[in-house]
Amino acid sequence: METLEEKIDARPMTIPGFGRALRSEEMVINMGPQHPSTHGVLRLELIVDGEIVVDAIPHIGYLHRCFEKHAEHMTNYQQVIPYCDRMDYVAAMNAEFGYVVACEKLLNIKVPERVEYIRVIMAEFQRIASHLIAIGTYGMDIGAFTPFLFCMRDREAILDIFEQTCGARLLYNYMWIGGLSHDVPADFAEKVKRFCKMFRGTIKELNNLLSYNKIFVERTANVGVLPADVAINYGASGPVLRGSGVKFDLRKNDPYSVYDKLEFEIPTGKGLKGTTGDCWDRYMVRVDEMEQSVNIIEQAVDKLPPGDVQSAIPKRIRPDAGEVYVRTETPKGEIGYYVVADGTASPFRVKVRPPCFVNLAVLPAISRGAMISDVIAILGSVDIVLGEVDR
Amino acid sequence: MKEFLIDILQNEILVYVLMAAVPLVWIIPFALFAVWWERKISAHMQDRLGPMRTGGWHGWAQTIADILKLIQKEDIIPAAADRKLFNLAPYVVFVGSFAAYAAIPFSAAYVGSEINIGLFYILAVSSFVVVGLLMAGWASNNKWSLFGAMRAAAQIVSYEIPVALSLLAVVMIVGTFDLQEINRAQSGYFWNWFVFQKFPLLFVAATIYFVASLAEVNRTPFDIPEAESELVAGYHTEYGGMKFALLFLAEYANMFAVSAIAATVFFGGWNSPFGDFMSGPVWGLFWFISKGMAFIFVHMWLRWTLPRLRVDQLMYVGWKVLIPFSFVIVLGVGFWVMLAR
Amino acid sequence: MIPQEIHDNIKTRFGDAVVEAKIDGVIDPWVKIAPDKIKEVALFLRDDEALAFDSLMCLSGIDYTGGKLGVVYHLHSIKWNHKITLKVDVTVENPHCVSVESVWKTANWHEREAFDMYGIIFDEHPDLRRILMPYDWEGHPLRKDYQVPEFYNGMKVPY
Repeated sequence: METLEEKIDARPMTIPGFGRALRSEEMVINMGPQHPSTHGVLRLELIVDGEIVVDAIPHIGYLHRCFEKHAEHMTNYQQVIPYCDRMDYVAAMNAEFGYVVACEKLLNIKVPERVEYIRVIMAEFQRIASHLIAIGTYGMDIGAFTPFLFCMRDREAILDIFEQTCGARLLYNYMWIGGLSHDVPADFAEKVKRFCKMFRGTIKELNNLLSYNKIFVERTANVGVLPADVAINYGASGPVLRGSGVKFDLRKNDPYSVYDKLEFEIPTGKGLKGTTGDCWDRYMVRVDEMEQSVNIIEQAVDKLPPGDVQSAIPKRIRPDAGEVYVRTETPKGEIGYYVVADGTASPFRVKVRPPCFVNLAVLPAISRGAMISDVIAILGSVDIVLGEVDR
Repeated sequence: MKEFLIDILQNEILVYVLMAAVPLVWIIPFALFAVWWERKISAHMQDRLGPMRTGGWHGWAQTIADILKLIQKEDIIPAAADRKLFNLAPYVVFVGSFAAYAAIPFSAAYVGSEINIGLFYILAVSSFVVVGLLMAGWASNNKWSLFGAMRAAAQIVSYEIPVALSLLAVVMIVGTFDLQEINRAQSGYFWNWFVFQKFPLLFVAATIYFVASLAEVNRTPFDIPEAESELVAGYHTEYGGMKFALLFLAEYANMFAVSAIAATVFFGGWNSPFGDFMSGPVWGLFWFISKGMAFIFVHMWLRWTLPRLRVDQLMYVGWKVLIPFSFVIVLGVGFWVMLAR
Repeated sequence: MIPQEIHDNIKTRFGDAVVEAKIDGVIDPWVKIAPDKIKEVALFLRDDEALAFDSLMCLSGIDYTGGKLGVVYHLHSIKWNHKITLKVDVTVENPHCVSVESVWKTANWHEREAFDMYGIIFDEHPDLRRILMPYDWEGHPLRKDYQVPEFYNGMKVPY
């Protein structure tokens, strides 16, 4: 790869009559760590030629909180869960979910059906909440402020349900190894159904306001096109991968919990407004996924069996030496937990494969040649949470 | 009004100072109101309440409190900034937008300066703003500000062409740049307004003017010079305190200026829509301000509904859509006027 | 394809590059590869029609204590929906391993992370810098014998 200096020298511009060669230079511009659209503390080093981005180099780690080191130093496996919450803080349920599934596999516990269904309901609610944030902030990145507040309003309803269930609105510590911290409240099913009914209308409203808005489509279609093979090679997952037209969802392709007993579709990007794999596709996959999540929630609530949610919680969590890699589908993509046990009460090694970390790595590849405004659009469509990128 | 004041005060210089102060007395309360209004409008569009506490009734004193806060703030100038230009820029911007008010006819009795090239003067003097914006962006010595300033310059200069051309269509009909003459030519009922004349040519011209004027004053969907999600805050990234307040004030003053021109040129200005009903110099002021405010409401409405265009798409809209269309309008109106003679 | 077949495929193709393997009695079957052969094995696994491991799910560094470091590759094939785990062992004295960045781009940042946290040096990596820790940080924090430094750039670290 040629260096920046070579790139600059390759295009000198001599003006007749001038003694020296005039040339235009690329400008290095720092986007972040304090920038309104980097969704936290991401620093992008942009090398720009006017408004055109020649290269984008992400610098991460500003929010590094030593998750893996903390996990190794906990006195037992259960204590890692609150730290999982704090990785993807807008989708904490899903992050917990992956970790408890990994630990249960390591301990070889079978959790009761009721627990599984409640977990699925919570995970899907969290998926909707996370997608609402992704969509809302994406609208804001593109310049539309109102959809953001509409999304926040609906997310509030979900957080209320969470609050009623476990007392927390953002970081839950709800899923425990082998069970749950609390059972759902008495009027849970009714509340959930009311939400689902309300929410379908909201999706329509959102589509009218943002998804099919001419300017929004102009800004996102054919921007940041990520071909399917590149997406797979970069390990992209979640809506980023599905936006490129790959029908791959761990809930279907590598089912965990009770997802194989529920019916739902996997939405993929079809290039309706431009090329398959552009920002609009990635955006639209999220909108469609919210609808599927509502379907899942409704089915799961109907099937919710009675029982005790804490009956399978082990008295002593001390798995035999061994290791496990478990991946689950979070709103951002697949989260993987590589847990190594050495026979003691605390984990020997917990490695997380955060979806945002992997998805963000694809950003330079699809931002080259785009405009500065497009970089914002691309970054928003990848939907990163820096808490998870940096851990 | 000038003659009347000279009669009372017997001092021409004092009268000129008074006359010049009138727009200033209008701009500041207007900007305070408009900022509060915009916050309320956006809030109600977004399912929330907006400011509710300051001052009691629906937070009416919120912007007054804001401006008091801004006045008290420390005047920070970045170490690497070009101090002279940095300090000068907000004033240049404000002067540019304030000077335009000299020729805006608020009512049949009041116009700051009744010059017969009023419209031309406004177009010319409001371009002054660009110089100020470029100054602000360059002097801040911040790459984001520079981007904002470059975008602003390119955008405002490009969109001046469709603005001028669409106004030219009306000028060709009236045969003068005098805004009071243009107003008088639209007196009577609302179907005499130019927007409904020579249908549909002037209707299209009014639309073009409105779209282009949105870009002139950097409002959504053309707010790319200050695109807060891309350029942090564009050319005023480094400004704080009173200088920021001045830039902000100029922005709102500009908004009213372009709305006032739209109201004057296409929507009858200070004329009552219903003939002699509620007409006269004082009612004229009412009608003029109501019409201006109606346009400002549409500005705000659009801002809280639409996303933002990209810079190349903005140029596309300007050069490849609005300018050719406005040329067609000018040509069409020209033929119409010539044949009707 | 079941893990045993995948192992046999690698074994017949690369022979002594396979150091060790454990297929039965573990949750995720793994094959241990020599550190200098990992890239060839990876390329074979990706490009072979019947194996087609097109995605690297995860790449983890690990410190086994006692001067032994490791890299663990979790592979998955979207095409055939099968999985395998590869392992590479290196030592603290000679923490060199061949990069698989050119095979799966996923490895780029993951290898940087393993380098950052464990000091495993991935040869042929195009851009082996620290990723999560500051660029001028000393030491590799996830090693089991890591001591938190007293000061970083004049700032007290344990707060």
